[in-house]
Amino acid sequence: MAESPLHLGIALDRAGHHPAAWREPDARPEELFSPDYWAGQLAEAERGLLDLVTIEDSFGEDGAGEVTGRLDAVLIASRVAPLTRNIGIVPTAVVTHTEPFHLSKAIATLDYVSGGRAGIQVQISAGAQEAALFGRRAGTENNARLFAEAADYVEVLRRLWDSWEDGAEIRDAATGRFIDRDRLHYIDFAGEWFSVRGPSITPRPPQGQPLVVSRTGSLGAATDLAFLTPADRSDAEQRIAELGADRPAHVFADLLVFLDEDAETARERRTRLDALAGPARTEAATFTGTAAELAGLLLDWRAAGLSGFRLLPASIPHDLRRITRDLVPELQRRGAFRSAYEASTLRGLLGLPRPANRYAA
Amino acid sequence: MPKQIHLAAHFPGVNNTTVWSDPASGSHIEFDSFARFAKTAERAKFDFLFLAEGLRLREHHGRIHDLDVVGRPDTFTVLAALAAVTERLGLAGTINSTFNEPYEVARQFASLDHLSAGRAAWNVVTSWDAFTGENFRRGGYLPYEQRYARAELFLRTTWELFDSWRDGDVLADKESGRFLRRPDAGAFAHTDEQFEISGRFPVPRGPQGRPVIFQAGDSEQGREFAAATADAIFSRHGEFAQGKAFYADVKARLANYGRRPEQLLILPAATFALGDTDAEARELAHEVRLAQVSGATAIHFLEQLWNRDLSGYDPEGPLPAIDPDPGEPKISKGSAATRRFTDRLETARQWRELAEAKGFSIRELIIEVTGRQSFIGSPGTVAAEIDRSVQADASDGFILVPHLTPGGLDEFADKVVPLLQERGVFRTEYQGTTLREHLGIDAPVAVRS
Repeated sequence: MAESPLHLGIALDRAGHHPAAWREPDARPEELFSPDYWAGQLAEAERGLLDLVTIEDSFGEDGAGEVTGRLDAVLIASRVAPLTRNIGIVPTAVVTHTEPFHLSKAIATLDYVSGGRAGIQVQISAGAQEAALFGRRAGTENNARLFAEAADYVEVLRRLWDSWEDGAEIRDAATGRFIDRDRLHYIDFAGEWFSVRGPSITPRPPQGQPLVVSRTGSLGAATDLAFLTPADRSDAEQRIAELGADRPAHVFADLLVFLDEDAETARERRTRLDALAGPARTEAATFTGTAAELAGLLLDWRAAGLSGFRLLPASIPHDLRRITRDLVPELQRRGAFRSAYEASTLRGLLGLPRPANRYAA
Repeated sequence: MPKQIHLAAHFPGVNNTTVWSDPASGSHIEFDSFARFAKTAERAKFDFLFLAEGLRLREHHGRIHDLDVVGRPDTFTVLAALAAVTERLGLAGTINSTFNEPYEVARQFASLDHLSAGRAAWNVVTSWDAFTGENFRRGGYLPYEQRYARAELFLRTTWELFDSWRDGDVLADKESGRFLRRPDAGAFAHTDEQFEISGRFPVPRGPQGRPVIFQAGDSEQGREFAAATADAIFSRHGEFAQGKAFYADVKARLANYGRRPEQLLILPAATFALGDTDAEARELAHEVRLAQVSGATAIHFLEQLWNRDLSGYDPEGPLPAIDPDPGEPKISKGSAATRRFTDRLETARQWRELAEAKGFSIRELIIEVTGRQSFIGSPGTVAAEIDRSVQADASDGFILVPHLTPGGLDEFADKVVPLLQERGVFRTEYQGTTLREHLGIDAPVAVRS
């Protein structure tokens, strides 16, 4: 292949990303809170050899007539991890009101549970309504401040993951020492929003550093993967240029997709769903059409400098299956997508090395 | 029918219970160890698996303690993963009420209850120390005296969140487009001395309504907290006479809260050593104790009581002539043991008396005073002793802590459990699907603001 293969991810959010998705004939809204529902989606995504799924989460309110309520994304991720073997699992976590120490060990543990397939999508929470759930802050900070806090949070996650060197567990019976404590490190992070002493209670996870992803490029190279929402190919070019040198290793574009065997059916479905609940509220561009058309678009946009795409299925199971059973074979035929998993860790699937430990001498 | 025994398995935590130097001792962090341990417990029809939590690595002489197992996973994350590899086993975990907020913890436990189809349990613990607080946003903000006040308000707040949804609130009617039966399902507004929160709780009511609540504190406050709020106590009084006294004390407190004795189970932690004969078991028990208390570990324990640097002392020699430092603990941090010694001078006097009477070295003394195994003997002997304890109301069952991970439960499952089943005091099959059903405790009555 002349170019490196595309990377593909899926964003899973309950019944799909269209607010009326749960009303589709094949939707199973009464099962949204059951483990089997999520296990089924992960199995489908893995069948399609996708690089990763993100599991969406939010402290925000759902609108009337939409799916209301959700389960914690990190726990969904952990619940499905033992049932899968290769796919990367990237739950979302709100970093504005939560504890970096807790999240760091949770994602390290997800990495152990999944054998090196964990990532974390960091997300801010803005506004007084969400702040009131915790009752500790007014929720009046602007997004720039919230992203500055998120950057500190990511720094703490990463330092805690490195706070144990590989091989710190020595089990030296002669001296009675279980660990070599010289290979454990205080992180001594002190910032405006929190101070964290460390070390983590959880040893360095299998990937060393689980994948850190963000929905914007604003966290720069502190993240491994950013999802942008360009309107078209030239917009993608411009946005990648704006990231400059401080860009993450991978940049994907988000696309909301309505996929059917012919474009007319896809358009009709979109019109029907929009009539029920209005259009999907997403900054991502919307694609409506066939798998062959979508494959062409992805390969065209890729030239803007994107290494992959995250697809937002408008409704589940329909659009998820069209991605795994139509789009993926189409991309394979064009030599643009893997025909088998080539690695068993998420960093491996994305061609990222296991990073050196910042504290190791 | 005789009183039925409840049994649980505690994945060993970061203390000297685990004989990590044994070649059969496996990983304490790889998921396979947890999965294997859980599957053994489920094969044996145990009520639940229990995971402890730590939020700061222990320190000794200002350095990270390195003699025991160090390092463990996140409680919630492991329990959710174990739900994927087990079907009936209850999944209990310790979660701190000091360095968390009710909305988030309730969201996690309600999610775990859905993801495990009704098997979640929460051991509510308190901590207060600035040492642990150094890992968290708020630092060491909570005065020692307020730790139970916060814990109880925290717990009651989560109940309000769990109860903010009712069974059947998810209508999901595709035709009419109504997702909720009640538009305000999940809405809450709560104010007390600790928490002022409002909004919509995101998780519909779980299979158990609320997770099963455990409490592990032993102080007067801890016992009252348990009597008022808990479904089960993780007790440390496994010994027969002490167990009976504790059991009677706590069960008597329930009436003050309008609760019946069977609404709170008393489940002490218990260790065991099994052999083909009682004599073989005693030999194994002694070997395990020797391995658990190395010379370095013996000095470490002694320093926790003495509150002094005793590194110059020979563990195989006599106790120090100097008295303990009765001041604030300064040698050891992050260990519950240091707070357990209320009167250092008196405890040291008792230890000296014992050592002199028996001619014990430091190490022999520590082996003696830090607890022999709860049950030692052949499978028949151990089954009989467990049954006797439960029938005599010294407990309602036991939370077993094996000295090897992850295989340390196998022999108990294979040899002791069948004898308890033959006696008609332990289930041969799970009768229900939820942990509340295994424990025989009532569904909670909803509290609504």
